[in-house]
Amino acid sequence: MSNNVKTFTKGLIKENPILVLLLGCCPTLATTTSAINGMSMGLATTFVLIMSNLVISLLKGFIPDKVRIPCFIVVIASFVTIVQLVMQAYVPDIYETLGLFIPLIVVNCIVLGRAEAFASKNPVWPSILDGAGMGLGFTLALTVLGCIRELLGSGSVFGLRILPETANILVFILPPGAFICLGFVIAIVNQFKKESH
Amino acid sequence: MLIALFVITAVSGGLLGLVYGMTKDAIAEVDAKKNEAAIQAVLPLDGEITYKADTLRYNYEGADLTFPCNLAYDANGNFKGAAVKTSEGGFGGKIDMMVGFLADGTIKGTSVLSHAETPGLGANMTGKFKDQFVDKNPASFKLIVTKDGGNVDAITAATITSRAFSKAVDKAYKAFEANKSQFITKAPAKEVTPDADVAPAEENNENMEGGQDNE
Repeated sequence: MSNNVKTFTKGLIKENPILVLLLGCCPTLATTTSAINGMSMGLATTFVLIMSNLVISLLKGFIPDKVRIPCFIVVIASFVTIVQLVMQAYVPDIYETLGLFIPLIVVNCIVLGRAEAFASKNPVWPSILDGAGMGLGFTLALTVLGCIRELLGSGSVFGLRILPETANILVFILPPGAFICLGFVIAIVNQFKKESH
Repeated sequence: MLIALFVITAVSGGLLGLVYGMTKDAIAEVDAKKNEAAIQAVLPLDGEITYKADTLRYNYEGADLTFPCNLAYDANGNFKGAAVKTSEGGFGGKIDMMVGFLADGTIKGTSVLSHAETPGLGANMTGKFKDQFVDKNPASFKLIVTKDGGNVDAITAATITSRAFSKAVDKAYKAFEANKSQFITKAPAKEVTPDADVAPAEENNENMEGGQDNE
């Protein structure tokens, strides 16, 4: 039991895919222009992670070693397309802002990484927990980054205005701001981890 | 090995087909709603209005361009105006827009459908900048930024976006003016059906032909 809990919680901080493993930085930098965008991207990826981990863990005896990567990609791509279609139909506004980055979840190295490193070697239940933990860690990192960038760049968080418009620092919504924020957040997390040891 | 790969891809394909079938209608509905909302935003008209999809063809600065548009007719079949789709390359990519014109050519509204301009600079075109076009008639309002000798107040630090926006409106205006005469006669009584929502899509093909005849 405690092992399962560990499988789940390790993705949140200790092995956070963005802040510690530095995986999947492309969508991280591109979609965190606002808190809601970051969170939606995180949740879409979490769904794909959980489902692909589940299916790959179930199929691990059936998939021959030689063709495992194509099989994983087909499974992942299918779930990504499902997410894309569902978002297009029911949350068109978010779909429009995330646009290109939804199909790009297919090549997000977190998803394939967890399939290869965890789901293909572990039973179903821990694989689901691993996917959920990693996905929520990813969502957490993206939401935090989105909040910081939106606050500094547009003066609001989740669309709620906090700072007056005159205080906007435009660069934080632009790509350079993404790198600067990510760097600072990683530095803070590292410091925090060092102290807690 | 082959069998495993085949089974996985076949099951995935089947699953995707299923999800596609389930979401198809909702997606089509969302698209239709978005289109309708854009038309309402750029061409707000009172009374019972029937929209008819059409295509404008116009030779703009040596390039043959086509503009998808929706023509608006009132209950008596009088031509009231048109919402014209237009686009132009901006600073970060293509700016897709819809512009609403009244029958006399006055701009009733503009709306940006999609763009890739810089947030905080060019992307500000969807605010105050856009509103200066409302109720202006390009016959007297020159669709060129003031810097280049026109009447459009450019967005601060985003002249390229402002130029692109103005040019897109200009294209739509010229295409509208060039094709206008045929719209007025193009509204037979049968177009005014109570089922107004269905009419534009169904008429699409016929109208394309109509446009070519006029070339």
